[in-house]
Amino acid sequence: MFPARFDYFRPQTLEEALGLLQEHQGEAKVLAGGMSLIPLMKLRVAKPARLIDIGRLSGLDGIEARDGELAIGALARHAPLEESPLVREAVPLMADAAGVIGDTQVRNWGTIGGALAEADPAGDWGPVVLALNARLRCLSARGERFIAAREFFRDAYATALASDELVTQVLVPGPGPGATGAYLKLERKAGDFAIAGVAVQLAVDEQGVCREIGIGLGAVGLTPIKAVQAEAILRGQRLSEATLADAAEAAAREAEPVSDIRGSAAFKRDLVRALLRRAIEIALRRSRGEQVEAGHV
Amino acid sequence: MSSLRSIRVRVNGIEREGQVEPRLLLVDFLREHLGLTGTHIGCDTTSCGACTVLMDGRSLKSCTAFAVQADGREITTVEGVAADGQLHPLQEAFREQHALQCGYCTPGMVMSALYLLSRNPNPTESQIRRAIAGNLCRCTGYLNIIAAVKAAALKLNTRRAAI
Repeated sequence: MFPARFDYFRPQTLEEALGLLQEHQGEAKVLAGGMSLIPLMKLRVAKPARLIDIGRLSGLDGIEARDGELAIGALARHAPLEESPLVREAVPLMADAAGVIGDTQVRNWGTIGGALAEADPAGDWGPVVLALNARLRCLSARGERFIAAREFFRDAYATALASDELVTQVLVPGPGPGATGAYLKLERKAGDFAIAGVAVQLAVDEQGVCREIGIGLGAVGLTPIKAVQAEAILRGQRLSEATLADAAEAAAREAEPVSDIRGSAAFKRDLVRALLRRAIEIALRRSRGEQVEAGHV
Repeated sequence: MSSLRSIRVRVNGIEREGQVEPRLLLVDFLREHLGLTGTHIGCDTTSCGACTVLMDGRSLKSCTAFAVQADGREITTVEGVAADGQLHPLQEAFREQHALQCGYCTPGMVMSALYLLSRNPNPTESQIRRAIAGNLCRCTGYLNIIAAVKAAALKLNTRRAAI
């Protein structure tokens, strides 16, 4: 299999890339790691007339804490995100997610910015950035803007990005005291997309009251879903059995799964219930200093 | 419109040049332009890993990259693993442990295992399993492949200790 013909550009600077994007608006696709785009092009689902390869632009793959935020360059690849001590310490759910994307070869080259801009409904980063209330820094030749994760996903494979815009950074608010999280997904076989995935970020005070909560659901709708009703049930409450059951029920209602080869809609709703409760349990154990594996169920 | 591009790629230590269409896949450049048919095409859909090579030291499914993306980079294929007519310890281990039957997946398995051992000289069994999760084998049931990677790690560590 090989893709339809295209013109190939490899800009040397970000400015040059933005200029090309503006010049070829609507006809060009951005190539970063290529792990999603190239398979789609080989299947000729995607047939861009022009490809702008930003994969080697420098300075866009950093992972650093600054101004109370974690700033992750759009070209940060999944493997370094999984291994980064900073990410593992500050936002372990990001390391969880990075470690269960595709396989080793895909994690070596696929980028967080590319995966988010691709907006695959079953992608792992979507629920994570929703749970973390992250913002995406987007640049075009016209200027800069910041898009909240919650505003970013519009439809399957469709985002709020304009056709001349590029995601350049993922900005994660610095976690408050004691805040931590977990990402869990179930997949049919190694390297497959999730049947369902749940990302949780929370903080619980000394009295056991939930002070911060973010919940993102993946693969159960046309876009990743922020489970705001489940969040509202948990926020400010003690995490009792009844409260957790209510939240799991709310999240299952907020999910919009369809029956497909990966499972029935009812099964996926059940998964949302189960994964949410397990992810919360792992996050709580982590908040007590325990080392707990997550990612895969 | 889509004219040929000149690329220079260092493949198994040798500088190679090519005139390629931008849509040419890296695996086709290796196999068809350079005649390096050790890199196999299995599924052609980023699943099976038979086409795994190293690009700048990191494993990559070469059916899921364009040759133009390798311009100026370094590629290692399975042909570059043995040196001076001697099998690499990993290749010896694959032979000794019966880690292949039909052999179709083997080049990709070797490259994935090579990548693992380059990053982690003492992998646990679960780390080995995870490292080859992107490589499918329909013959062996994987157990002998895992045994071979363990045996190769031992060989390499013994060799290192002897130096």
